[in-house]
Amino acid sequence: MGLLELLTPALLTSLAVIGGGAFFLLNSAALAVYAERRVAAFIQNRVGPNRVGPMGLLQPIADVLKLILKEDVVPAQGNKVVHAIAPMIPVITALMTVAVIPFGDGLVGANLNVGVLYLLAITSLGVYGVTLAGWASNSKYALLGGLRAAAQMLSYELPMGMAVASVVLLAGSLSVVEVVNAQRDLWFVFVNPIGFLIFFIAALAEANRTPFDLVEAEQELVGGYHTEYSSMKFGMFFLAEYMHVTIGSMLITTFFFGGYHLPFSSHWLPDIGNWKILLDITVFLGKTCFFAFSYIWIRWTIPRFKYDQLMRLGWSRLLPLSIVNFMVIAIVLWMMR
Amino acid sequence: MLTTYLFILLATFAVASAVATILSRHAVTSALFLVLNMVSLAGVYLLLKAQYLAVIQILVYAGAIMVLFLFVIMLLNTDKEESVLKQISLKMVVSFLLGTAVLAQLLFAVAGWTDTLPMISAAMTEVGTVEAIGDQLFTRYVLPFELTGILLTAAVIGALLIAQHHNKKGTS
Repeated sequence: MGLLELLTPALLTSLAVIGGGAFFLLNSAALAVYAERRVAAFIQNRVGPNRVGPMGLLQPIADVLKLILKEDVVPAQGNKVVHAIAPMIPVITALMTVAVIPFGDGLVGANLNVGVLYLLAITSLGVYGVTLAGWASNSKYALLGGLRAAAQMLSYELPMGMAVASVVLLAGSLSVVEVVNAQRDLWFVFVNPIGFLIFFIAALAEANRTPFDLVEAEQELVGGYHTEYSSMKFGMFFLAEYMHVTIGSMLITTFFFGGYHLPFSSHWLPDIGNWKILLDITVFLGKTCFFAFSYIWIRWTIPRFKYDQLMRLGWSRLLPLSIVNFMVIAIVLWMMR
Repeated sequence: MLTTYLFILLATFAVASAVATILSRHAVTSALFLVLNMVSLAGVYLLLKAQYLAVIQILVYAGAIMVLFLFVIMLLNTDKEESVLKQISLKMVVSFLLGTAVLAQLLFAVAGWTDTLPMISAAMTEVGTVEAIGDQLFTRYVLPFELTGILLTAAVIGALLIAQHHNKKGTS
């Protein structure tokens, strides 16, 4: 079997989708940074960055250029190899998630039959970046910040998993494409609103966003796990944080808001041929943008939790609630059968 | 042919990282090699078309259990940090990766020459799917499955009890 025979049209399509998705994800991080600063300024009655380029649109490029040109400081007593590898892990895991997200009808990198579990598995690997960064820096602030971040991410993975499990029950399949197709008529947010709420909160916590951003609480931990990072290595953590905002929005869209489907679309949407693909992508990106905006909106509206409040919310509120929600949906589905 | 080569590459990586786990002097390095071992095993499962097993391998072992291991190792901080930290260099990491890859190539070449390449049978493609595993687990193996569940629950409750008991004394 030669390599050329492997290049079937199906493979080329999925490679193109994955490439396009990864390209979009990388750029969305820059756009999200710009959006965050402009929205923050709007909420706080300021102007925000408006000098670099029209409306300050070139600000992210200037920021990245600044980060690249900065001196890269590595702690002398730290572990240099792990220190260099750690920032790559969250970026790589973030990029890997695009492979199974459907952007439109047939526009999916790989239609895995365990796609939902794949998403959870890849998300759970992101913890390593944070933990190793904290450890390799050989600094007490970084280590405590890293451990705190890891504990937070592990705690909120469970309710998130249960919320996703309730979605899987409703869809009757572990394939992400099937989950989206099951929402052609009725988005799961209408059937499973508690699941959506739990998933949204857990996604905020997974991305280390306010009100769960005590990973980098300046008062007690300086900068958290990236205290000892500078230059583009810090930039990668920064990039990964905003990529996780985009991915969280994509996952909320996919699991609860019908992916690329308009509400009740099978009842009123006429057949528009090839234009359907453009419409699909627009609808998907529109929903993603809305949720990315709500991430930013929440950040500049709600104050930060204390650490014990965060743990109590995760373990003794969200987890039991998510399990009860799962059981209720399972029982209702069984009775309706 | 490609799958066989990938299998040998992944298998060599799994064995090499397992050996490295035992041989490395530092606990964190050992843990990281164990993660590499688990990821290579997940790759082997994927080659056998067992997508479900592969994903669960990463989700449970690499994603949850090893993170807790790392957690404990970092909190206890048993080693003399400074002396060991300086021994790990980029050279060693790259040489490990390259050496294992070359070893895999050699094994593949030797196995091909002596005609002892393993083949993946067609029956394997049916075994690893979610449906097949769920079917077997909840019909034929339901008793062992439930027993394991009870055992795990008992272990969790035991761990909680020990932790709570410690707290009441006010020693922690």
